[in-house]
Amino acid sequence: MTWTTTNDDDRSRALMLELAGVSKRFGAAEVLRGIDLSAAAGATTVLIGPSGCGKSTVLRLMIGLIAPDAGVVRFDGRIVDARTVAEVRARSGYVIQDGGLFPHLDARANVVLMARHRGWPGEKIQRRVDELVQLTHFPGDALARYPVELSGGQRQRVSLMRALMLDPDVVLLDEPLGALDPLIRAELQADLRRIFRDLKKTVVLVTHDLSEAGRLGDLIVLLRDGAIVQRGTLAELARAPRETFVTDFINAQRSPLEGL
Amino acid sequence: MRNTSLLALIALLINSACSESPARAAAPTPVRLGSKAFTESVILGEIATALLRAQGIPTIHRRQLGGTTILFSALTAGEIDAYPDYTGTLTQEILRGTDQAALPAALAARGVAMTAPLGFEDSYALGMKSARATALGIARISDLASHPELRLAFSSEFMARADGWPALRARYQLPQRNVRGVDHEVAYRGLESGDADVVDLYTTDPEIPEHDLRVLEDDRHQFPSYAAVFLYRAELATRAPAALAALRLLQGRISTPAMIALNARAKRGKVPETSLAAKFVATTFPQSIERAPPPPGPGLGAGSPPWLGDLAQRTVEHLFLVAVSLFLAILVGLPLGIAAARRPILGRAILAVTGIFQTIPSLALLVFMIPLLGIGSAPAIVALFLYSLLPIVRNTHAGLRGVPPPLREVATALGLHARAALRLIELPLASPAILAGIKTAAVINVGTATLGALIGAGGYGQPILTGIRLDDTRLILEGALPAAALALLVERLFDLVEKLVVPRGLRLPG
Repeated sequence: MTWTTTNDDDRSRALMLELAGVSKRFGAAEVLRGIDLSAAAGATTVLIGPSGCGKSTVLRLMIGLIAPDAGVVRFDGRIVDARTVAEVRARSGYVIQDGGLFPHLDARANVVLMARHRGWPGEKIQRRVDELVQLTHFPGDALARYPVELSGGQRQRVSLMRALMLDPDVVLLDEPLGALDPLIRAELQADLRRIFRDLKKTVVLVTHDLSEAGRLGDLIVLLRDGAIVQRGTLAELARAPRETFVTDFINAQRSPLEGL
Repeated sequence: MRNTSLLALIALLINSACSESPARAAAPTPVRLGSKAFTESVILGEIATALLRAQGIPTIHRRQLGGTTILFSALTAGEIDAYPDYTGTLTQEILRGTDQAALPAALAARGVAMTAPLGFEDSYALGMKSARATALGIARISDLASHPELRLAFSSEFMARADGWPALRARYQLPQRNVRGVDHEVAYRGLESGDADVVDLYTTDPEIPEHDLRVLEDDRHQFPSYAAVFLYRAELATRAPAALAALRLLQGRISTPAMIALNARAKRGKVPETSLAAKFVATTFPQSIERAPPPPGPGLGAGSPPWLGDLAQRTVEHLFLVAVSLFLAILVGLPLGIAAARRPILGRAILAVTGIFQTIPSLALLVFMIPLLGIGSAPAIVALFLYSLLPIVRNTHAGLRGVPPPLREVATALGLHARAALRLIELPLASPAILAGIKTAAVINVGTATLGALIGAGGYGQPILTGIRLDDTRLILEGALPAAALALLVERLFDLVEKLVVPRGLRLPG
């Protein structure tokens, strides 16, 4: 047992997150079929694919909300299980569509929830909040507002601040911009790109939007029916599609303006 | 372990709340009399109390408790030592199927004995205006058979009871076709206006002399005999022989006309039962009075009108019942609701059991409680507690189940453990539902607590009960109005609490 762990450490030094031979089924539906997947430290990995391809399930496995039926999930070289999951969560931030903000807490209370729970001194909390407000371009006076009083874009910024509050190594984002209108979406995409580049965190982002994947991802992983179809940059996927599905998926999302 | 200590705490609370003053323990144990929630029974209880006290025997009268079942349970449970009842009631309601001749033996098996009859019967009977009865030559029920044209107006209860009109008609082969079920008051009015000829009545009704009625003789003995007696715990003969001897003084000393007169003066003349009893004892037993009757109880606060003192006391009693039971229900219901939400199978069981409590009729629940907790506020509090559980458990369960799954997942993903997630996220999100459940329980409690008067728990039910038996609307309102006001007040209070407890973010228009 000891020597395997050492072996794992050696092998996955550059890999912050790793799924090895992971399968998952919910009732009769097989959501993941033995996939191998890794996210390099400091890079942004984008999981993309049609609805139901299993991309959100990958994120939920990575933060230990569900356990694999077969295979293992590793976080920084260690298997994610009941013993390690608390540390995994402490070192990860998690953002979902619509933000997942707690409606009974104002923006600030949402952001500082875990810091306060862990007994951070007020001064340290305030310093961190100031940093995050600057980083995410969130209007500081809106910190006292409740989620229902915030716009969709503001809610996502609060959610991002909450995910970054404890300065995690990994940030997991599940369709963070899915519910936003195009203008706000473009603005937030630009901000996310800048933040990810500046912070050099390991980021895994789930989306079904190809242009978002191309703009934000260092590596794109295309999934279909619980299996990986192809991985690479957007250019590699477009130039050397491994299957017709890759071309079809890319063509389906071409801008109507391209043909003009 | 935690459950045991919680139960112990509840038991302690109820005991300390309901035990009477310690001074009582030092004094010789008084004889405890009871009476039912109707005027004749209260008068008999007061007469016995006055007689015992006149002989220097310390006596407590738990007046105007509920019905036969409550009194008999209280007697066998040792909560009271004696109360007045009727032989027919015992063979019809308590010891069903027992012959009246076998009654003493059947009672003895339960540690209960009865005095000889007090001298009057309160039976079912038929009555007619004396003049009309004389004119038609009717003195007995069997005489009715030859007058098929007579119009009969009976109380709905008498019409419905198997031992009422159906049995009577069969027994006497009565031919009348014009038989109507009406309210008792309406029947008497019909008698006066000539729209009805025969009504059912009780043989000690004050209406008999008032309407100049002739009570028809039950010549075929259809109605069981309802001879008034005192029931007492058999051990009274050794524990308090003087008290028993005093009770026995009443044997054969209260005639039917005397009882009718007493009922009339209490119901029509609004003479307090205590004064009626004092006067009755003084005139009937002048030789047996050893000491002057003790002065009436301590006066109410000087300067304030008596009804205000009554109202204040009833309010305190009522609030006590509601507050203690609600507090206990929150203490128990909240964890039960949380457990129900956490474990679906256990949850179904919890909801089913609390639901069953809700379906037990309140009177039955109170009767169940007497052997366990006696009479007074303790059984009332436990009953109210059980009724309060369902809304609190159900709303806590529903509120927690209503927390959106993504938010629960986010709480977990952020690193909150189950307990912290419950405290910081789930309970605050469920707080509007939980508070609504507590509010429902509180408002229902205010109303249901009026039934506490049936087992001597006091509160606003006291004047309602007296008002009903004396047919006095003003008295009924004296209990019903404050109860309604209290219910509204409680509702407003919870609106305020909601502002304090429910987080602002949940009260904003979405």
